[in-house]
Amino acid sequence: MTALRRLFFVVVGLFLALPLIVVAGVSINARQTLAFPPQGFSLSWYGQIFTNAEWRNALIASLTLAASSALLALLIALPLAWFLWRRIAPWANIFQLLGVAPFTLPPVITALGLLTFWATTGFYGQAWTAVISHGIFFVTLPLVTLSLGFSAIDRSLVEAAATMGADDRVVFRTVVLPLILPYLVSGYAFAFVLSLNEYIVAYMTVGFTVETLPIKIFNALRYGYTPTMAAVTVLFLVIAAVVFGLVARFGDLPKLLGAMSDER
Amino acid sequence: MSGLNLSHVTKQFGTFTAVNDVSLSVPDGTFVCLLGPSGCGKTTLMRMIAGLDLPTGGSIELAGADITKVPTHKRDLGMVFQSLALFPHLTVGENIAYSLRIRGVAKDVQKKRIDELLAMIHLPGFADRSVAKLSGGQRQRVAIARALAISPKLFLLDEPLSALDAKLREAMQVELRQLQQRLGITTIVVTHDQREAMTMADTVVVMNGGEIRQAAPPVDIYRRPADSFVADFIGQTNLLPVVPDGAGRASVLGEVVEGIALPTGAAKGTLSVRPEDVQLTAPGHGAISGTVTFVRDLGGAIETFVEAGGTQVIAVCSPRNRPDVSVGQSVGIRLDPATSVVLAR
Amino acid sequence: MRREPPQRLAHYGPLFFPAGMLTVFFVVPFATMIAVSFFQRQQGGFYTPAFVFDNYARFLSLFFGKVLGFSLFLAVAVAVACVVIGIPFTYLLSRSARKIQIVWLVALLSILSLSEVMIGFAWSTLFSRTAGITNLFVWLGLMAQAQALTPSFGAVMTAMTYQAFPYTVLVLYPALVRLDPTLTEAARTLGASPVKAFLTVVVPALRNTILATLIMVFIFALGSYLLPQLLGRPQHWTLSVLITDQAIYQSNMPFAAAMAVFLVLVSLALVGLALYAGQQRQAK
Repeated sequence: MTALRRLFFVVVGLFLALPLIVVAGVSINARQTLAFPPQGFSLSWYGQIFTNAEWRNALIASLTLAASSALLALLIALPLAWFLWRRIAPWANIFQLLGVAPFTLPPVITALGLLTFWATTGFYGQAWTAVISHGIFFVTLPLVTLSLGFSAIDRSLVEAAATMGADDRVVFRTVVLPLILPYLVSGYAFAFVLSLNEYIVAYMTVGFTVETLPIKIFNALRYGYTPTMAAVTVLFLVIAAVVFGLVARFGDLPKLLGAMSDER
Repeated sequence: MSGLNLSHVTKQFGTFTAVNDVSLSVPDGTFVCLLGPSGCGKTTLMRMIAGLDLPTGGSIELAGADITKVPTHKRDLGMVFQSLALFPHLTVGENIAYSLRIRGVAKDVQKKRIDELLAMIHLPGFADRSVAKLSGGQRQRVAIARALAISPKLFLLDEPLSALDAKLREAMQVELRQLQQRLGITTIVVTHDQREAMTMADTVVVMNGGEIRQAAPPVDIYRRPADSFVADFIGQTNLLPVVPDGAGRASVLGEVVEGIALPTGAAKGTLSVRPEDVQLTAPGHGAISGTVTFVRDLGGAIETFVEAGGTQVIAVCSPRNRPDVSVGQSVGIRLDPATSVVLAR
Repeated sequence: MRREPPQRLAHYGPLFFPAGMLTVFFVVPFATMIAVSFFQRQQGGFYTPAFVFDNYARFLSLFFGKVLGFSLFLAVAVAVACVVIGIPFTYLLSRSARKIQIVWLVALLSILSLSEVMIGFAWSTLFSRTAGITNLFVWLGLMAQAQALTPSFGAVMTAMTYQAFPYTVLVLYPALVRLDPTLTEAARTLGASPVKAFLTVVVPALRNTILATLIMVFIFALGSYLLPQLLGRPQHWTLSVLITDQAIYQSNMPFAAAMAVFLVLVSLALVGLALYAGQQRQAK
């Protein structure tokens, strides 16, 4: 059984890793050819991301978009999750539903909705519209982690703070905020990484004016291959792994993903 | 008017009445235990005193001021929760100083108070420890110190010792009572453990079904229960039916017992006799007659189960006065009117 | 803390910003899209307000029927493949040591978040003639000459399964990790082999979870739009591709919107079904 289980894990692992291994391989090719195993060794394609103006601009655009849209998602999710936790207002769950909807429906729908909206209001193509679009599209992630975080707060802690003289505002600052901080951070991290990688919403809203890295790669693919796109893929994979690794290191990843207790 | 005064306090959750028309006076500096089975309304009553639940009727007064609708954070309370509710993100010292910090008390004053309180709970030098690393008894003490940091007018404890093991619980009961007497603080404890209530309280308030059944000093609760619920809930008791015989005299299990009378106007009543007050004698001579069905020796006491007139009577004796009985033997039972209470209900 | 209904206007304060943002930037765009789907298309990419069913009537063509049929078929195939591999995998994962679970979860999340563009690029590389897996087969002597495996249906299917697999595992994970381990232990003491215990106890106990997961993965796969373009032939294009194509390249917003509305209806119906299945599970 143990051998069978190990074999199964190895096969699934290979399936998941193989395309990435090949991409990592071609990203260190010495010449600009698509070849595996790599011919020669060079990190110049990684350097390209930072030295070539086009790639660098795309990287900066992506990071800016991800950082600001994740922040916006958090700013929408935090008061909403707090309100739902603090008050009895069943009708307010409609906003929870609205927050989860963009992520549940096929992304092309949200993308098209936002495209028609920005086109109708005349803001189509402005860089900031992508921030709002991504902020709405990814609000689900901090909303889910924060709801989880709030439900994990023992309400007697809040009651204890009240008996010691803390009003709502003080309770929020001294008890609630410190306790949900891990969920706040992981919600931001999820939204950040997914925004970094998102293609269709960014493409449909600002595709013709701003080039994020995924858009840049897709455009580049049409004109032929360059190892820089392999290097970007590896870079993004590393960023995601580091971010989620940190979330796992400082938070309780299994619990965040739905396991009940923090010990197994 | 000083002290804590509850008048006609009622709490309804939908159609369910958790607390029904409760009135109670707690003079300054007294120690009151709210005692009763789970679901009797004692915790709800305490939560209303703390302002964590709002009464649906009646009023609550503290030191002459009506606090019925005052929000919890303006009541200057100290409360210890059943779960203790220590803040996991703060150290022991930060937990204790919480109420001082949010009131903007200077750091050095906070520090002085933390040291005072840690000394009081016998945990000096614990200020920088994490609460997660404390033992159950230590957590308990920290929760008490935290509640007392601002020297509150009222000290509330909701099942504070329920998480501790039996030995530690007994020790903490004594310690808590001594602490309360030293500080002279008005204290209310919710508990379902009658030993705890008897150990600590000046006044025991026995509750059932959302109502106060009796509020009295522990000894009175035990010796003079107000009704059969209190008699049965506090300690062990024999509840025996009292009926009038042909001549109108009170008769228990077929024998007239001298010195016992039915309550005025009642057709029948219930006699509460503690097992240690039941005396076993030879049958006849006006004693209630019965048959021994079971004897158990608990080491410190011997319990004899006697079947008399269709009712089971339990008698307890110390090993010194071991009764010479065996199962199946006929015995007589004598009741002392001085230690028996006739209850109307 | 008393959790009570909001009484004063100030109590609603925290709700203003989130409710406003979600209404203005999600509900309104959504409504705009629905409105546009009834608009009249003009030459040159413009459209005028109207209330016509023309855009919906175009669904009734053979071409559209084929695309829809293929999209649904592809999504079903991907969902089934992911769930069939995902259930035993997630089950074994949930029974592994916590450290191993965390490593896998980090890996799965990283791949899940990887851009569809990059997944498409990675698989097109792996399926290419010069750097692809066939070179490995040649080296092993299984093939005479390296060849390109794309564009093909197999390539689309494989890459989409790759993309949806981490999602499947993460959807299944909570249910499986909470599954009472004594269930299988009981089956084992009654004489069932591990595989038999899995098939006779775990799978039936999770019937509704599995159904809900199938639907979730189905919708997820329905949303894939780049992989069919990058790895397939035009006949492998899905509804999502067609919507993008109509909106961006054909500048036919009303028709794109109509297709999107249709896609929403299909998705919503399925989400409803998934929720219903979830409720049935709770009721049990």
